[in-house]
Amino acid sequence: MMEISATRRFVNTFMLSLSGVCTVAVVSVLFFILGYLLFHGAASLNWDFFTKLPKPSGETGGGMANAIVGSGKVLLLATLIGVPIGFLAGVFLAEYSGKTFAFLIRYVVDLLNGVPSIVIGIVAYALVVRPMKHYSTLAGGVALGIMMIPIAVRTTEEFLRAVPNSIREGAMALGATKAKTVFTVVIPAAISGLVSGMMLNLARVAGETAPLLFTALGNQFWSAGWLAPIATLPVMIYNYAISPEEDLHQQAWAAGFVLLALVLIINVTARLIIARGASAQRR
Amino acid sequence: MASPQQQQSVKDSVTETSGNPPAPKPGAALKLTARDVNFFYGAFQALYDISLDIPANKVTAFIGPSGCGKSTFLRTMNRMNETIRNTRVEGELKLDNEDLFSMDVTDVRRRVGMVFQKSNPFPKTIFDNVAYGLRVNGIKKSSIVSAAVEQSLKRAALWNEVKDKLQKPASALSGGQQQRLCIARALAVEPEVLLLDEPCSALDPIATLKIEELLFQIKDITTIVIVTHNMQQAARLADFTGFFFMGKLIEMDVTKKIFQNPGKKETEDYVTGRFG
Repeated sequence: MMEISATRRFVNTFMLSLSGVCTVAVVSVLFFILGYLLFHGAASLNWDFFTKLPKPSGETGGGMANAIVGSGKVLLLATLIGVPIGFLAGVFLAEYSGKTFAFLIRYVVDLLNGVPSIVIGIVAYALVVRPMKHYSTLAGGVALGIMMIPIAVRTTEEFLRAVPNSIREGAMALGATKAKTVFTVVIPAAISGLVSGMMLNLARVAGETAPLLFTALGNQFWSAGWLAPIATLPVMIYNYAISPEEDLHQQAWAAGFVLLALVLIINVTARLIIARGASAQRR
Repeated sequence: MASPQQQQSVKDSVTETSGNPPAPKPGAALKLTARDVNFFYGAFQALYDISLDIPANKVTAFIGPSGCGKSTFLRTMNRMNETIRNTRVEGELKLDNEDLFSMDVTDVRRRVGMVFQKSNPFPKTIFDNVAYGLRVNGIKKSSIVSAAVEQSLKRAALWNEVKDKLQKPASALSGGQQQRLCIARALAVEPEVLLLDEPCSALDPIATLKIEELLFQIKDITTIVIVTHNMQQAARLADFTGFFFMGKLIEMDVTKKIFQNPGKKETEDYVTGRFG
């Protein structure tokens, strides 16, 4: 008996330690990446990095101001395209569609979510770049916008479905139409979840590189406008990382750190909004 | 739920009430009249030939065991059942002698207000909850809205408890207060009929008493129809009481008669507690 008990105790301790070690590994990956990026890119992370344009090949120094602003512009376009479409489709899915139809839509949306990002880049290339005959900020925004749609649909549906039906009945019993009920009661009740869901969605596409390679293209200078090519952080990282110059490698590390920091900030803000919304519901 | 066989036997044992509703005394002003109302959830028939009259400015109570159709009937009176998919209603319902089913549905619901079993305040401020019905019905002028909010909260006997925190979220109120807020919200649009679906079932006796008192007070401005599981409540509150059983209206009469000298054996069995 003692023998079995000792074996079991050992297995128990072993498995517990193993899962503990794995948990530590999971958590440390993020900090390892952050530290590694910082370690390699720290030398380039200075005021110039955020305010200066890239230096011509061969010279050291310079920054990525154009790529930082460029990423912002492309993401803004993507949000303006992806969020309204996805949101309204999600409202339809949650509030209006019948069971069978909803199942069908949901299935298609999930398939869209599974489309590889490079394929979406090709579609944006065919839809925007080819007809207009040049790469552009707009094309990059369209590509990332399409990528945002499926998650926007599903987040909207999920948060609207979480609103209790009794509230819808309460509004309709006062003479509100279905549309008024949805837009004045149901959506406001879900607003914190919706906003943070959209922010997480934005954070998810912020690091996308493949669809931008042949849509927004990249630019060593300030972009000439919405219809001209534009630099973005992920594409800049890609271009610098495959270049032979050591100085550019360092800048790529710094850009990686900035991009990751941006995504983390959006993420944490979104979580805070959700938490605040949840505590407001409880009050 | 009862099996179809049981349903059938009950249907057979009960004399037909259609065309000859067990109405209140002739001459009383009738607010709502129902004739041969049948209701179906898909293939399941939940109401059988309900015919009755709801007198104006009185309290009418519906009693009966769970699943007997009282709530379903209540929800046909403001056409709330239409929000449930795959349902069907037959028969005739008239509000002030006007066909309920040919009226605009939002109009019906404004005129026939409803308070639900579980309080359902919107996640908005106390003020905005009560103002909601006015605003969706196009009343935007803030002086009118705040006057109506104050009046409704007073009628719902809630004003003194909330007048200093109108901008606080409604969820900060207690259960009983939330239910009175829902009554105030319903009263704000000045409904001609107020339907209450077991409004006190989740409340303690003190909160229940408060709501009963306020219902008594608003009888002069609105017609009240209340569904309740609590027979004492029906006896205390109602001028008329209808007894529902298995989707049929067994009997409807003056409350005193229903409780003291019912005309049907099923009613007697139920009010004396022999079943249900």
